[in-house]
Amino acid sequence: MLIPKGRGSLSEALFEGMRTNRSTFTDVLTTLADDDADLHISLWALYEMHYRGFEDVDDSLEWHPELIELRRSLESTFEQELRDRQPEVEIKEPFAEALFDFIAGHDGASLAAFVQRDATTEQVLEIMQMRTIYHLKEADPTAFVVPRLSAGPKAALMELQYDEYGGGSPVRLHSALFVRGLEAMGLRTEYGAYIDDVPVEVLHDNNAMSLFALNRRLRGASLGHLAAFEATSSLPSRRMAQGLERLGLAPEMIDYYTEHVEADAVHEQLAVRTICGALVAEEPWLVPDVFFGAFTCLDLEDRFARRMLDEWAA
Amino acid sequence: MSEGGHPDVILCPGGPMLLRGDHVVQDADGVEHHTTRPVSAVCRCGKSSIQPWCDGTHKVLPPKLRP
Repeated sequence: MLIPKGRGSLSEALFEGMRTNRSTFTDVLTTLADDDADLHISLWALYEMHYRGFEDVDDSLEWHPELIELRRSLESTFEQELRDRQPEVEIKEPFAEALFDFIAGHDGASLAAFVQRDATTEQVLEIMQMRTIYHLKEADPTAFVVPRLSAGPKAALMELQYDEYGGGSPVRLHSALFVRGLEAMGLRTEYGAYIDDVPVEVLHDNNAMSLFALNRRLRGASLGHLAAFEATSSLPSRRMAQGLERLGLAPEMIDYYTEHVEADAVHEQLAVRTICGALVAEEPWLVPDVFFGAFTCLDLEDRFARRMLDEWAA
Repeated sequence: MSEGGHPDVILCPGGPMLLRGDHVVQDADGVEHHTTRPVSAVCRCGKSSIQPWCDGTHKVLPPKLRP
């Protein structure tokens, strides 16, 4: 993947500096983002240095102190915005039922319901392009959390991750299943291929996962995000599969969603009960962060869905 | 056999039965299904469309119809 196109003063200056392997970024540090899209594409690229990097950027910049300083500054702003959006939550007992109820109680827009009944083939292709940004690194952000946990939640998380990563088989890896679906639909499969085309809502979503996963203090939010993600996947995946069938689209992509109907019916139980349950049993002070992460997942997906539905006037 | 904190079978309140490891599950029609993942979720509400596995349908049932 090459570094994305800039979306404003900050990202343009930053990406130019990264491509030319500058030794100092002091001028970039004092450049303000023009808008949210400029901020989030900058943050996304800085996070991406910790995943697969860019072909046109030197790997050593991953830990350049000024780029870390910039990342810290951008992500602090973002974290505060996310926290400000969260309504007050009354957390009940028992924990697992309270978390399931909280997730079920979130009334958001549903792209899956739209795909099931009304979407055109072009609209589905557009959604798939947006989804590549996460699905091609499916489960990767959460993998960063593993060494930050004590034995109970760590073992439980690995049980889920092992399934995400295809039980050790590279062709069963969930991201590899998605690649087969993309190929069959005639879409590009390279990591980050559509990054220049995605709306800022996709970047919010992706950056929130990296923010939670790359900051050890936010491990509770990362696992809460995972729980909400898994617990809102099984039924919507069935709707996606039905929508794709309705439009006569590629069986390989239908398989991707069908696999998630079954897998995520397991994963939601694991994420809520054995993973988050074990986490808060050992670190009960993380309960509010688990709910913060869950809310953020639901809220950002809702904003993305609304954005797309508005765009299509659906 | 199960070690502490890692049971072979977990009954989820209102939801499926989680089954750890490799098993063969016979469905109500007598058809055998091999587990394919580290943990599998067996439907307990009877409403799943992918029997014998759970597909999350229990969550849209009224509470008294959930297992």
